[in-house]
Amino acid sequence: MIELIKKYINNIGLPRLIITLLFIGICVTAVIIGLPVGLLASDVIRRFGMFGVLALAMVPAIQCGTGPNFALPIGIICGLLGSLMTIEFRLTSPVLGYGFISAVLISLPFAIISGWLYGILLNKIKGSEMLVATYTGFSIVSFLQIGWVTLPFTHPEMRWPIGKGLRVTVSLESTFGEVLNRLWGFNIGGIYIPTGLLLFFIGCCWLVWLFSRSKSGIEMVTVGANPKFAAATGINVDKNRIIGTILSTIIGAVGIIVYSLSFGFLQLYLAPLYMAFPAVAAVLIGGASTSKVKISHVIIGTFLFQGLLTVALPVANQMFPEGNLSEVLRMIVQNGIILYALTKMGGES
Amino acid sequence: MAQVNQIKIAQPKLLVKIRRLLFDNSVPLLFIVICLAGVYFSKLPLVFILNTLLSRITRNSFLVLALVIPVIAGLGLNFGIVIGAMAGQFAIIIVTHYKIAGFPGFMMCLLLATPIAILFGIITAMLLNRTKGQEMITSMIAGFFANGVYQFILLFLVGTLIPIKNPDLVLSRGIGIRNTIDLATETGLKYALDDVFKYPLFNVLVAISIALLIGLCIDYYLKRKKGYEGIDNFKFTTQIIIMIFVLAASLYIIMTGSILRTVKLPIVTSLFIAALWSFNELIMKTKLGQDFRTVGHDMEIAKISGINVERTRIIAMVISTVFAAWGQIIFLQNIGTLSTYGSHVQIATFSIAAILLGGASVTKATSGQAILGIILFHTLFIVSPKAGNNLFGDAQIGEFFRAFISYGVIGVALGLHAWNKRIQAMRKRLEIV
Repeated sequence: MIELIKKYINNIGLPRLIITLLFIGICVTAVIIGLPVGLLASDVIRRFGMFGVLALAMVPAIQCGTGPNFALPIGIICGLLGSLMTIEFRLTSPVLGYGFISAVLISLPFAIISGWLYGILLNKIKGSEMLVATYTGFSIVSFLQIGWVTLPFTHPEMRWPIGKGLRVTVSLESTFGEVLNRLWGFNIGGIYIPTGLLLFFIGCCWLVWLFSRSKSGIEMVTVGANPKFAAATGINVDKNRIIGTILSTIIGAVGIIVYSLSFGFLQLYLAPLYMAFPAVAAVLIGGASTSKVKISHVIIGTFLFQGLLTVALPVANQMFPEGNLSEVLRMIVQNGIILYALTKMGGES
Repeated sequence: MAQVNQIKIAQPKLLVKIRRLLFDNSVPLLFIVICLAGVYFSKLPLVFILNTLLSRITRNSFLVLALVIPVIAGLGLNFGIVIGAMAGQFAIIIVTHYKIAGFPGFMMCLLLATPIAILFGIITAMLLNRTKGQEMITSMIAGFFANGVYQFILLFLVGTLIPIKNPDLVLSRGIGIRNTIDLATETGLKYALDDVFKYPLFNVLVAISIALLIGLCIDYYLKRKKGYEGIDNFKFTTQIIIMIFVLAASLYIIMTGSILRTVKLPIVTSLFIAALWSFNELIMKTKLGQDFRTVGHDMEIAKISGINVERTRIIAMVISTVFAAWGQIIFLQNIGTLSTYGSHVQIATFSIAAILLGGASVTKATSGQAILGIILFHTLFIVSPKAGNNLFGDAQIGEFFRAFISYGVIGVALGLHAWNKRIQAMRKRLEIV
């Protein structure tokens, strides 16, 4: 009996089990203390769709063997640049999805180039990807702070009315804010389903899955799983790692655009600094490790982690009106799970 | 052949030596230039810069010196000093609660922080022992994680499980410690260490440089007499020149009665820092210090030669964590307010950026580099907003620039280290084949 339970727990993975139990527990508490279930459920679904693409950016990075992409801010910056240029050049006609499609298209070349450069960097530092990635991300974000002040954007909605530079948050209300959420969105039993957002996320997942089934995708996964074997069979390891990094950066760029439009604001300056960590934590909670990941991990992990945070916020506020208990919970869960994953990979190196 | 080589190494030309010195210290030299340019463009009065710099050096040195031993023991840059800082802050909260003021309060703080920091250090080290090869990222994430736990304890357990009912400390709802705790009250810790004894900086410098001059000469003479072979004329002359320069500059300032004379040095704090510096130097001469070095060099070799690798690493982490806790207490007694949920967060980034600016790397660090790094980093910190304002018409740019420098310098250093490690590994493999 105990053996069976142990095997079962091993199958699910301890972190996933703990987080699931925590999530269920908090949901039950929410119902008991009489929080509006419909609103909460809508929120969970919205946050799930909103954050999913960012978490998906981890998949190609882990698959090609560079580990979770802690340098996600690079992609995020590209996405932000794309969005800002969309607003600046007023490419916000309905045909362009009120700017959503143009933002994605503009950010693509940035993401490809920076992903390629970053991929070259990663090939030079094999073995220490995660640490260097973190600080590459930090450096880029803090460098772009200078950029946000000095870049010649002129659109009045983005600039401070007085003084220099771009605002800390740029509202997307007049452009592509919530455009995906409203697309075919409907209410069912008091729960709002942002169909467009969910379809877009699922579509992205499907594309990534499709890619990993293609010839170059299989090559990439082979490189990630066993670089020596891949090299022996004549696959160019470094090239495939670069491809994975570029893909991850692109998905990161698209991810922040989706995130921002659902959130309603572009967040500049220091906002992207720590954004990689929740995304990494989400896939790890879903059951991924630093070297293995599946699309299902992304979906499960994002749902559990974002759901947990969304429901925990009002519940925690009911219990402790002051003090940010849900923020503390996020820190503990997020970094605890990354630590756990690190100790699991420690044996290999 | 071997002999020829040896002779060559023993007596390289002066020019080669200077070139090598410049190359080995390219990072600090580059930043010395940037700092001087910053000082020039900021147009700040020298006495202001010096005063601010001095208080920043004395309050931050301890934290940066805490980084040295883990680097030697091969644990890399210890991002986990954040955890030590938390231990220090726990102690400060306790001491403030019991209203122990001044110097006794400060010593009490050190005493209380030590066991907490030892415990935290052991836990962190055990974690790092399970993630060999990824110590730095682990210690960083461990810092983030510990920050979550720290906030949980202070925000939600205080007042519910931990019975503290001090209105100066606890939020008005009765649960959780306040965001800022004022240490400048009568029973507080502000300047508890700094104000014990202060003395004009340049008088101290005169005394130190004279003492060092005499010491160096005696040392040189003794070595000469004994026929010691590793005698380094170049190093000796450089040191003498620097000392004479410092002595002359200080005497000039005292003689001319410039306003710089008013700059005062907190003597006791400086003594603490000097004690830690000499501890770092002296421990390397003991068996334990040699173990650190061996473990840091190659864990396999260390294991074969009978060193308990895991235990050595734990000791290194514990030492570092305890010093970080003390360092944080020294830091906060100078600042005068404890920002309960913010004071410790950036400690690791700033300290590590500082030691890297001083010319340290992931595998090599000395206490001298730590001190030089602090001077450079904080000069940059003081002058960059004003310099940014004068150059670009925007103080923000200077501020963002220094944030970028602190992250960028760490990023570049870590990247170079990883690259280097990989190249060496490849070379080793080629040699074996």
